[in-house]
Amino acid sequence: MKNRRLLLEHVEVPGIEGIEVYVKNGGYAALQKAVKKMSPEEVVEEVKKSGLRGRGGAGFPTGMKWSFLAKPEGVPRYLVCNADESEPGTFKDRYLMEKLPHLLIEGMILSSFALGANQSYIYIRGEFMYVLNILEKAIAEAYAKGYLGKNILGSGYDLDLVVTPGGGAYICGEETALLESLEGKRGNPRIKPPFPAVKGLWGCPTVVNNVESIAAVVPIVRDGGDAYAAIGIGRSTGTKLISACGNLARPGVYEIDLGISVEEFIYGDDYCRGIANGKQLKACVPGGSSVPILPHFLVTKTATGEDRLMTYESLAEGGFASGSMLGSGGFIIFDEDQCIVRNTWNFARFYAHESCGQCSPCREGTGWMEKVLSRIEHGQGHMHDIDLLADINKKIEGNTICPLGDAAAWPVAAAIHHFREEFEWHIKHPSEAQTRNYGLIQQPVVA
Amino acid sequence: MSHTTQPVFDPNEVVVFSDSLIKQMNEVVNKFPADKEKSAIIQILHLAQAEYAWLSVPVMNKIAEFLKIQAIEVYEVATFYTMFHLQPVGKHVLEVCRTGPCMLVGSDQFIEHMEKKLNIKVGETTSDGMFTLKTVECLGGCGYGPLLQCRNTYHEHLTIEKVDALIEQYRNGEIQ
Repeated sequence: MKNRRLLLEHVEVPGIEGIEVYVKNGGYAALQKAVKKMSPEEVVEEVKKSGLRGRGGAGFPTGMKWSFLAKPEGVPRYLVCNADESEPGTFKDRYLMEKLPHLLIEGMILSSFALGANQSYIYIRGEFMYVLNILEKAIAEAYAKGYLGKNILGSGYDLDLVVTPGGGAYICGEETALLESLEGKRGNPRIKPPFPAVKGLWGCPTVVNNVESIAAVVPIVRDGGDAYAAIGIGRSTGTKLISACGNLARPGVYEIDLGISVEEFIYGDDYCRGIANGKQLKACVPGGSSVPILPHFLVTKTATGEDRLMTYESLAEGGFASGSMLGSGGFIIFDEDQCIVRNTWNFARFYAHESCGQCSPCREGTGWMEKVLSRIEHGQGHMHDIDLLADINKKIEGNTICPLGDAAAWPVAAAIHHFREEFEWHIKHPSEAQTRNYGLIQQPVVA
Repeated sequence: MSHTTQPVFDPNEVVVFSDSLIKQMNEVVNKFPADKEKSAIIQILHLAQAEYAWLSVPVMNKIAEFLKIQAIEVYEVATFYTMFHLQPVGKHVLEVCRTGPCMLVGSDQFIEHMEKKLNIKVGETTSDGMFTLKTVECLGGCGYGPLLQCRNTYHEHLTIEKVDALIEQYRNGEIQ
C-alpha cells in the first residue's frame, strides 16, 4: 500500500505484535543477516549509505551520529531509544510500538550490535505505560527465541534490553535530560559538550536515537542502504512516519515516501483526504508544535510558487520568513474557524508548563509570554504587547542550555510574523474577538 | 514548571509496603546494573502510586529507605514529574488533554462539560471521593482527540455522550 511501505508494511496483519506472526512476515531476517554475515562496521556503513536522518525532529544523519561514538577500552557503551514522544502533534512512535513492538526490538538489536553495546534501554514516556507492557511482553518473547541475551543466534554477541518509563515531562525528550531521567534524577538537560557520544549514560559513551530511526535500521539492513536511499529526494531519503491531526478528514499515522507533495498528503485519497467537514485550510504546523506555523498560501506552495514537498529541505524553503520544518512529523492542520491567537497562547502555556526551570531566560520568558498571550486572547491586550512578545522571544532564543527555549520562542515569532493582522484585530476588537474568529488572512501582494 | 502544590506530610503515618509491592520493586531494581539502583526510582514511584493512589511524604521516605538514597532524592524526582500526585486524589483520576491539537477538535468545550458533569473545577475532587478532574499537556494521542487518560487506559475519540457513559461506568464499577 502506498502509505504503508517499509515500516508499516505489515501493520494490519492480525497478531503481528506477537513474535510468531512477525517472523512469518519476514521479521528478524535482518537480524539473522547481520549477526551471521556482517560485521558491526558493515551495519554502520549501510546506515550511512541509507542517508537516514534522525526521525525525532532534528534530522541529524544517524550514521554520522553513530560514528561519533567514543570506544575507549574496557568502558561499556550504551544505546538508548528515545520513546519519550511528547511533541504536541506527534503520535507516530506510540503507533509503531503498540502495533509493531518487534520491529523496534529488532532495530534495537541491530543498532546495538552495530555500536558494540551489550546493554540497551528504551526510555518510554510514563503515560504510555500500556505500551511499556506490550514491549516487555515482546522482549520476553525475543529472549525465549534467542534473539536477546547471551550469544545471540550463536554469534557470540550478547545483548540485554530493558524498557523503563518516564514520569511525565516533555523535556525528557531532549537527549541529555532523558539520560538524567534514566539515571533516576530530575530531567534537567546537561551542558554540552561533552556530548552523550563521549559522556552519556552513567558517564559512558552513549547513542540516543528516536524510535522511528531505530526501526528504520531493520529495512536498511535487510534491503541494503542503497535501496533505502533510492526512496526520496536529495538528502531526504527513505520513508517517514507522519502523524496527521487537527481539522483533517482522516487524521492518523501515515508512512510516506519523502518527496510526495504537501498537496497530495493533505488532499490525496491515500492520505488525509482534505480538511474536515469541507472547510478551508487556514494554517499548518508541519513538524510538531515547535516548528513555525505556515499560513494557508505557504502550505502547498513555497513563496516562490514552487510545489511544497514533504522533505526536510522543501518544508524549510524560505527559512523563517516563509518556511517551516519537517521536524518530528507532527502535522497539524487548522481550518478556517480556528483562532491563531488562542492556539499560540495554548502552545505558549504548554512550553511554560514544560520548562524545566534550569535557565532563567526560558523559565521566566515562557511564563511571561504565556501571560501576555493570555491577556491578548482574553480581550485585555495592548498594541505594544505584540512587540513585547517579539522582544521576549529574542531574549530566550539562543540563551538556554537546551533547545526548549527556542522551541517555545519560534512558534510565537512565526505566528506574529504571519498573522500580525489577526493579533492586531484581537487587540482592537476585544469583545468581537470573543464571539467570532478572524477567518483567513489575505495573501500579501508582492510588488 | 511541574508542581506548584506542596507535598503533604503527616509525621504519624506509618508505611509498611506489602510483599507484592516489594517484589515488584525488586524486579524493577534488578533491571539495572548493580550500584545503579537509583535508575529504578521513577518506575517505583509509579508502582507506589498504583498502590496508594498518591504519594505522601512517608511513602516517599520509605522508597528512599528501600533504594538506600536520601529522602530529598526521592522528593526532587516526585515533584519534577507531572504524573505523580502529591495530594490526595479521588478513586479515579481523569486526566484530559488540553494541548493545541486536542483544542482544535474541541477539548476546551469538552473540559467545560466535564466540570459541569462532575460539578467540580479542574484540579478538584468530587465530594464522594470518586473522581478527580485534571487537565494535562499533550498525551500523544493528537489524531484521536478529545481524549483522556485514567490510570493506564487512554479513552479516545470522545464525545459528550461517550464521556457521560464512561463516567457512569466508572461510578458503577463496570470499569476499574
